[in-house]
Amino acid sequence: MSVASPSPAATGHGVAVAFEDMHRWYGSVHALRGLSLEIAPGELIALLGPSGCGKTTALRALGGLDEVDQGRILVGGKDMTRVPANKRNMGIVFQAYSLFPNMTARDNVAYGLRLRGVDGAKRKKKAEETLELVGLGAQASRYPHQMSGGQQQRVALARALAIEPSVLLLDEPLSALDAKVRRQLREEIRRIQIMVGITTLFVTHDQEEALAMGDRVGVMSAGRLEQIAAPAELYDRPATKFVAEFVGLTNRIPGRTDGSDVEVLGTRVPLLPGATDRGAVQVLVRPENVRLAAADGGTGRVLAVSFLGSLCRAQVALPDETIVVAQMSATESAGLYPGATVNVSVVPAPVFAVAE
Amino acid sequence: MSQAPGFEYAAAAQDGGALISKRPKGAGKGRRTPLSQRAARIVVLVLVLGYLILPLFAMLEFSTRGDFDRTTKTFGRTLDSFAAIFSNDDLMTSIITSLEIAVLTVFGMLVLLVPTMVWTVVRVPRMRRVVEFLCLLPLAIPAIVIVVGIAPIYRWMGQNLGGFGASALTLAFIDVILVLPYSYRAIDSSLRSIDTATLSDAARSLGAGWPRTIFSVIVPNIRGGILSASVLAIALVLGEYTISSLLSFNTVQVVIYLLGKRNPYVSVAVSLAALVFAFVLLFVISRFAPGADSRAQRAEEEPA
Ligand SMILES: Nc1ncnc2c1ncn2[C@@H]1O[C@H](COP(=O)(O)OP(=O)(O)O)[C@@H](O)[C@H]1O
Ligand SMILES: [Mg+2]
Repeated sequence: MSVASPSPAATGHGVAVAFEDMHRWYGSVHALRGLSLEIAPGELIALLGPSGCGKTTALRALGGLDEVDQGRILVGGKDMTRVPANKRNMGIVFQAYSLFPNMTARDNVAYGLRLRGVDGAKRKKKAEETLELVGLGAQASRYPHQMSGGQQQRVALARALAIEPSVLLLDEPLSALDAKVRRQLREEIRRIQIMVGITTLFVTHDQEEALAMGDRVGVMSAGRLEQIAAPAELYDRPATKFVAEFVGLTNRIPGRTDGSDVEVLGTRVPLLPGATDRGAVQVLVRPENVRLAAADGGTGRVLAVSFLGSLCRAQVALPDETIVVAQMSATESAGLYPGATVNVSVVPAPVFAVAE
Repeated sequence: MSQAPGFEYAAAAQDGGALISKRPKGAGKGRRTPLSQRAARIVVLVLVLGYLILPLFAMLEFSTRGDFDRTTKTFGRTLDSFAAIFSNDDLMTSIITSLEIAVLTVFGMLVLLVPTMVWTVVRVPRMRRVVEFLCLLPLAIPAIVIVVGIAPIYRWMGQNLGGFGASALTLAFIDVILVLPYSYRAIDSSLRSIDTATLSDAARSLGAGWPRTIFSVIVPNIRGGILSASVLAIALVLGEYTISSLLSFNTVQVVIYLLGKRNPYVSVAVSLAALVFAFVLLFVISRFAPGADSRAQRAEEEPA
């Protein structure tokens, strides 16, 4: 694929988007419970959360496909809350099966341009350029059913971008694809998004995807935003119990806290704000912050070791039968085998603790 | 030899292998249906076809009878009865009337059903059951009940709406209702074969209003359903007797019945011709739209 192909909307300045205290009820289901969120121009926000937490509802509200019962949606400072979907000029990529089956890839991409009165030759040129951008220049004359799932999603992306939308919305666009294609396509989406400079809302339940793609990641739970932060900060400094447990693999190891520090496996570790303040707690420790040292007479017993390419993950039972997962580089794993005894310690990186 | 290959496949490939090893050994030969089963199939096919075709054949035999030959004790063959169709003015008029009603019915049915059903699927999916129930209702109401209920309206229309009010074309209003159950089913299965809600969402996000979404995105993808709904409607209208007869409109079935009393040969010839017409129509339409909905089939999952 050629990266040098002309970009369809290389304006480089997206618009700002803001959700203000949005509420949405479906009958008795309170799908959005005061969701507020600000997206900077050109930024990619990944909305992450478990299934049913309201991600799609929020995205559809922004796209105008669904209403909110309360709250406002601002795009570029303008109130868009009551503007119908076909007047919002937003590009939306759906999970799957959204291409018009009766049209070729080219016609799919040109559809929005036709509605905007772009004349035939220009339309065709623009559609083909945009297909080129997503690496499908050669497939322009194919029908959706002649393309793989990954190719269909590329066409869907091209179709959304061709209208030079003010905002790009993606609702789990990769979740129907297999792992390899998914990884490849997510990097490409990110590359194109940066190149076009478009403000983007990317919804996913896959934390790896969210952390890999977002400028910032917003974690949602039960219709509300739990925390929004850059991926590294979200991972290292979760603000709530939900975020600490939902993002990344997490061990729960018993410890004692005095309010500012927590004592866990013999190490004093600083506590993150928002954690429980005193007494016996469960400390949430990342696997990469657990250290294992092979030692005769150590307190931990290795249960299993699994290699993940350059990484290695070991499960260790503590004397109180708590099972701890440790992650290290493969070279550090020498001497670890099921049945080996080890000393288990914790790196003094700030942690989150919850009541027992 | 028989055990080893299947076993190796299963061990070699973890996912694909499982599928392969499930296959019966010696698949090529084992897949063939046993002779006795095939014979049974053919017998069933012949019986069913015979059951369906025999009456048609009898109609053909009857309607082409010529003079009785006393020496051979057989009938001569003639197409006079079929030719008589075209020289019988009453009949021709009724055929044209019925065709006009059919066209109006198809038009009314499509205008009523397509937007309603798309809207229901996309905007108020929980009303789908209600719409379905309403559309299937005519199946449960006997024609005679409809006529009794609706006759006063037709009387009023005949007296107050001039030429159109008294014309047989007003039957289209009732026929639209009568064909709803069948047309609903046909369109519904088409709508289910595509992701109607997602396609509409996509079209609207690209800037299409509702009419545009329905006409340029949904309709082309449910063409098959629309065609079969139309064919069913036409067949139903051309075959409708009870209501036209009770309301004293001379549609083709009514005239065939009246004619049958005077000239049974012509009457049977018309019936047969009508059936053949319906077959030809079905055939032409299924040719005309080869796999209209098949393009909506989802792509098989495969790497990009
Ligand atoms: N059209 C709808 N009608 C009724 N309930 C809905 C509808 N859409 C979403 N919901 C409910 O709202 C909640 C949030 O849904 P959604 O936004 O789709 O979650 P997510 O995309 O995070 O998985 C869920 O409980 C879901 O059942
Ligand atoms: Mg969703």
